[in-house]
Amino acid sequence: MSTPVTTASPSASAASGGSRTTPRLRTPRKKHSPGRPKRSVLLTVLTGLVLVYAVVPLLWLLINATKTQAGLADSNGLWFAHKFALWSNVHDTFTYHDGIFGRWLLNTLLYVVLGAGGATFLSILGGYALAKFNFPGKRAVFAVVIGAVAVPGTALAVPTFLMFSKVGLTDTPWAVIIPSLISPFGLYLMWVFATEAIPVELLEAARIDGAGEIRTFFQVSLPLLAPGVVTVLLFTTVATWNNYFLPLIMLRDPNWFPLTLGLSSWSSQAQTIGGDVIFNLVITGSLLTIVPLIAAFLLLQKYWQSGLAAGSVKE
Amino acid sequence: MRRTTSRLLRGLAVLSVLSLGATACGSSDDSSSSSKAVSASDIQAALKKGGTVNVWAWEPTLKTVAADFEKKYPKVKINLVSDKSGDKYYTALSNAIAAGKGVPDVAQVEYFAVSQYSLTKGLTDLTPYGADKLASKYTAGPWNAVSDGSKVYGLPMDSGPMAMFYNKKVFDKYKIAVPTTWDEYVTAAAKLHKADPKAYIANDAGDAGFTTSMLWQAGSRPYKVDGTKVTVNFEDAGAKKYTETWQKLIDQKLLSPINGWTDDWYKGLGDGTIATLTTGAWMPANFVSGVAGASGDWRAAPMPQWTAGGKSSAENGGSSLTLPTLGKNKELAYAFVQYANAGAGIQTRVNEGAFPATKAEQQSAAFQNKAFPYFGGQQANKIFAQSASEVASDWSYLPFQQYANSIFNDTVGKAYISGTTLAQGLKSWQDASVKYGNEQGFTVNK
Repeated sequence: MSTPVTTASPSASAASGGSRTTPRLRTPRKKHSPGRPKRSVLLTVLTGLVLVYAVVPLLWLLINATKTQAGLADSNGLWFAHKFALWSNVHDTFTYHDGIFGRWLLNTLLYVVLGAGGATFLSILGGYALAKFNFPGKRAVFAVVIGAVAVPGTALAVPTFLMFSKVGLTDTPWAVIIPSLISPFGLYLMWVFATEAIPVELLEAARIDGAGEIRTFFQVSLPLLAPGVVTVLLFTTVATWNNYFLPLIMLRDPNWFPLTLGLSSWSSQAQTIGGDVIFNLVITGSLLTIVPLIAAFLLLQKYWQSGLAAGSVKE
Repeated sequence: MRRTTSRLLRGLAVLSVLSLGATACGSSDDSSSSSKAVSASDIQAALKKGGTVNVWAWEPTLKTVAADFEKKYPKVKINLVSDKSGDKYYTALSNAIAAGKGVPDVAQVEYFAVSQYSLTKGLTDLTPYGADKLASKYTAGPWNAVSDGSKVYGLPMDSGPMAMFYNKKVFDKYKIAVPTTWDEYVTAAAKLHKADPKAYIANDAGDAGFTTSMLWQAGSRPYKVDGTKVTVNFEDAGAKKYTETWQKLIDQKLLSPINGWTDDWYKGLGDGTIATLTTGAWMPANFVSGVAGASGDWRAAPMPQWTAGGKSSAENGGSSLTLPTLGKNKELAYAFVQYANAGAGIQTRVNEGAFPATKAEQQSAAFQNKAFPYFGGQQANKIFAQSASEVASDWSYLPFQQYANSIFNDTVGKAYISGTTLAQGLKSWQDASVKYGNEQGFTVNK
């Protein structure tokens, strides 16, 4: 990735401050300003409800990852069982079936690094080109991209499967990675972002100083695009990390499963005759599965937030 | 992604196969009659030459069988893919067949889905390999499911003759007699729920596999299939018997609205709130693994009857191993299927808790006298084998049963949650099945 910059652009930083007073453009009509927002009990309560709604499933996951299979059945869902089994669950998760869980984790990382990383890179290149260059057919490209955003990936999975099976790529990691490289939404986001975040004057200055297009892109534009890059990277990472349907139809060999499929196959053992019922490992595995995502969000959020407001204030 | 309709069916995969005691290899007499007969010596030659057999099957006991087979024939590699089951499995199988790529050499197919694949020429007829000579080995229900006239599309792996598992601890606690007829069952249901409002005699939120098995036992034959001519009729006398009785349980709210195979279900089986479970004989392994806490509480009993002293039973679940038409290495594939389902593999699988589809196995003393510690030492196999011998053999599934099962909850399922009656629900299931069948090119009459 490029070197991180804390401020996306002059415009982005101006809007990101909560405690900073913004320059007044008009005489104030109300007592509250962006610096001192009005308080509302109703809104606070509503926000609190949404917070509870979002956090309770996570709590449930955390609490139940500490239970044994027997403990799951005879204890309250939102409180701990007598036996604290988190560590033994984690140990069992990584050792069950000869440690296949670790393999699934590495597979998922592979799909994310190549798939989401590649998708992000392609989105940056495409978005930048569409934002800053004029060429015939640009409007047609725009229409196609907008149309593609509206098509759910799931709908394309079966045709993609048939195409890939003709080429003989099914049941290989490429069957998951290659479709993941295409992210219409990421492209659109980068396009919009690049339009706002890169002043044309800057490009002109770079060109006048004799920088080639490639060098301009990498040394001038890319640093300015960082917040957008992180946003797209997060989106594509989450999408690839959670992708279920595509690998489901593409892959047969459990050795290439991502975590989503692997956990699902563990869960479905409970619906199989003679199958081992291991809900405790499914829950623990799910918890382990979301830890990297949470870490990614926490680590990248400062770039991400500054990117959200880009272009919202006219300079 | 969770479709309750097929949950039970999806679970039904296990059991075991039979063996005729000792013969490791099946009939080695000359195969005759069929045009391209494959003789035993052809198969032996293929085994000597070796190769890889790709097997799609989720039956857990096959892992050991595959390892044994590889030991016996060192040149053959069995590549067992077992991480999919249920709907996803058939989606993958149908996709592979449609694409003509990646089709397995051997595929596990549940009995209810066999005709769906055989009718579209998706499965190899095993008659030239001599599979037809194995007919007498198997119990009627499973054999009936894999054969069609003179053709045989797979070898039965396991079977699910039904029994009623009941929580003896709960029955003793409330002094309720174990029901032997469905009328007694309704009475017991009311008594139990009155004694403990949290406890129910059974869970049923609408399950296609359970309902069709119940109809089967009641003597109803809703599906008649003759090539592409299909009849669907849920209004015969047997179906009436079933709907009248089951409607009482629904009306009096005596059924727990939990779907089978969920964690809630396992929990209910463990804590006494689901007091009976009428299902296939493959269930004990799942009790041991999923309801470990209730070990010793449960017992097996014969399925309740529609007439006092009656002797009728049905199958619930079970599956066969088939050779998809587009698979390769047919001789090796058949050799493996024969080993697993008609040879030494049967005993291996029974030892691991599978329930066989073969008479010899079911009748053997060792099998019948096996004590189940989970059922307090009960020799439950006696009950299961008895049930298997009482299954009527003339049952057919639809050649599009998977679709029919997938719309069960939208039709019959309404009877469990609204004012619709079971009979009306079955009627709308019938209509929807007929409509779909006609759209798919079948000739379906009601």
